[in-house]
Amino acid sequence: MTDSIREEQGRLVVELDGEIDLDRAPQVRRLLLDGIKHGKDLLVDLSQVNYIDSSGIASLVEALQNASKGGISLGLVAVSPEALRVFQLARLDKVFAIHADMESALAAAS
Amino acid sequence: MTAAPEESLLELRFPASPDRMAMVRPSVRSAARYCGFDESATHDIVLAVGEACQNVIVHAYTTQQTGEIVLDIRRRADGIVLRVTDFAASIDIDAVKPRDLDDLRPGGLGTHFIRELMDSADFLPGPDGVGNVLQMTKKMEVTK
Repeated sequence: MTDSIREEQGRLVVELDGEIDLDRAPQVRRLLLDGIKHGKDLLVDLSQVNYIDSSGIASLVEALQNASKGGISLGLVAVSPEALRVFQLARLDKVFAIHADMESALAAAS
Repeated sequence: MTAAPEESLLELRFPASPDRMAMVRPSVRSAARYCGFDESATHDIVLAVGEACQNVIVHAYTTQQTGEIVLDIRRRADGIVLRVTDFAASIDIDAVKPRDLDDLRPGGLGTHFIRELMDSADFLPGPDGVGNVLQMTKKMEVTK
């Protein structure tokens, strides 16, 4: 697990990887909520996430809600097929802004 | 109707703790592949078991310090059977309902996932009247 956070073109980019389950979801939640405190739009790269369950999804939903309250956007980038399957099951693929890749995410107006 | 014959593949007994799930998932993945499920169905089975165990960890054992989960994996001619047993107080089965997906909030998705991912998910009486057993089945899709 090598989650990272960096700034790119005025956005905060969070890269998550590996398996996001009940054990790891609290760390992801903290990382995202801390990121939101910076007040910059957030892009969450899920390309290297090969497993996410309802607890991981819950962390992202909470982050999305907090971001919205703070007037900033939170988009998902390059969502892996495994993760996309779970977002679709939860019918959240229409709730989150999902970008095909980082280039298009950075190009998109927030 | 007689029950379908089942072949025991694996039985795991482990503490109901979040940090054990990363050890359990590879076994479930291997068992699903062994039964002949493709990668997509294998992912779904692993996720369903993860959600079932998570429900036990978060809900069944909330009032107890420790508890164990027994995961029993069996093969049928047409698919796989997974039984997740806990030894906590019996749950109110009627209270285990998926939430309305239009109600956007963190949490409450596990039961919905299990029902979507598996062909059946039923609570059975616990062994010797103790605990809870969630039996899940998934059939192999027959290629026509």
